[in-house]
Amino acid sequence: MTPTASPTALATLPLADDALVLSHRLGEWAGHAPVLEEELALANIALDLLGQARSLYAGLREELGTEDEIAYLRDEREFLNCQLVEQPRGDFAHTIVRQLFFSTYQQPLYTQLAPALPLAEKAVRETAYHRDHAEQWTLRLGDGTVESHARTQRAADALWRFTGELFQPVEGLDVRWEELEEEWSAGIADVFGRAGLTVPESPRTGAWTAGAGRQGLHTEPFGRMLAEMQYLHRSHPGATW
Amino acid sequence: MVTAPVRADGEERLETLARLAGSVPDPELPVITLEELGVLRTVSEPEPGHLDVQLTPTYTGCPAIEAMASDIERVLRRAGAEQVTVRIVLSPPWSTDDISEEGRRKLAEHGVAPPRPTARADGPLLVPLSPTRRTGPASSAPSDPAIPPADPVRCPHCGSADTALLSRFSSTACKALRRCELCGEPFDHFKEV
Repeated sequence: MTPTASPTALATLPLADDALVLSHRLGEWAGHAPVLEEELALANIALDLLGQARSLYAGLREELGTEDEIAYLRDEREFLNCQLVEQPRGDFAHTIVRQLFFSTYQQPLYTQLAPALPLAEKAVRETAYHRDHAEQWTLRLGDGTVESHARTQRAADALWRFTGELFQPVEGLDVRWEELEEEWSAGIADVFGRAGLTVPESPRTGAWTAGAGRQGLHTEPFGRMLAEMQYLHRSHPGATW
Repeated sequence: MVTAPVRADGEERLETLARLAGSVPDPELPVITLEELGVLRTVSEPEPGHLDVQLTPTYTGCPAIEAMASDIERVLRRAGAEQVTVRIVLSPPWSTDDISEEGRRKLAEHGVAPPRPTARADGPLLVPLSPTRRTGPASSAPSDPAIPPADPVRCPHCGSADTALLSRFSSTACKALRRCELCGEPFDHFKEV
């Protein structure tokens, strides 16, 4: 195998945006999680993701400015995150299914990028815990009560159309995308099988559904999320704690 | 804590300064030092009076890293360094295997179950034993090899191997929350990466 080329800083922007946006969505659980332990777990996962984003943004200083400028002063169209991570957090089942879909993607993605990208080499060990967390909860909810099963299946059906985009090649990232997609599909089928959930058969992408986040086109909830996330910094430029 | 400027010359001086930087307590777990935690990589002096420190985070998002950097800078300036640059390095990634024996002992004494050796550690491989208690079905996800096979996490209070996982994430990103089934005490476990 040829050695993986180190990605340029700009090629990592979609990865950084995925991490920042999902971190923010998970942060929305603060004060709302079903139990205290979950509150801490989601906050810790959010913190790991924020750390990934910061580390990658720090490498983009010459191209895009400081970490704060990149996070708080870009407009919606300038964010290259996938549409999966920007969806509202929904109920707990919704958040868990999203975590399963995303961590089952991020862990093998970082594994492939690890030799060339120090951040991926570092974070892949943490994403293994994120994946385990999502998997354990999917099993518990899917194989739980009638209500938890129904909600988890509903979440899977609703989020399914955002999963195709994950495997669109990102320019400048040396990744075997087809292999990644196969690994992801097998991983999801395995967990769903054990959780008593049905893998949706609906399209994973479509003309109007999803698939353009990497080009800067986002779904309607993202603008509102950004408005909340960026409000303070834009109203009080340079504010610090 | 040394407060007087370090006056020795050359390598000896640099070693003293490195020890000083390493003696800074971890901001979140002040029972152990940065040296024992294994996060201080190098201290060098590229130019006279200018110290370059390489520090690595435990977890990518660990907020303690900023406090660590400013604590190191303060200690080294107090010891006479004119300029201190603390650089955060990610590669090679920190592992719980980097925590020293002394660090592990102190963690256990402080009520935090130390991490078990990971599969990446050198030396003989661990013989996987079945877990004494599990809180969910076995995971079949291709987990990171760092997550070691079932080697029981012992209660730091009574030493019992009969402990249960309450949450994979605890008061900080690097710890999991467990409970001892024998003495009933909850405790933090420094989880392996």
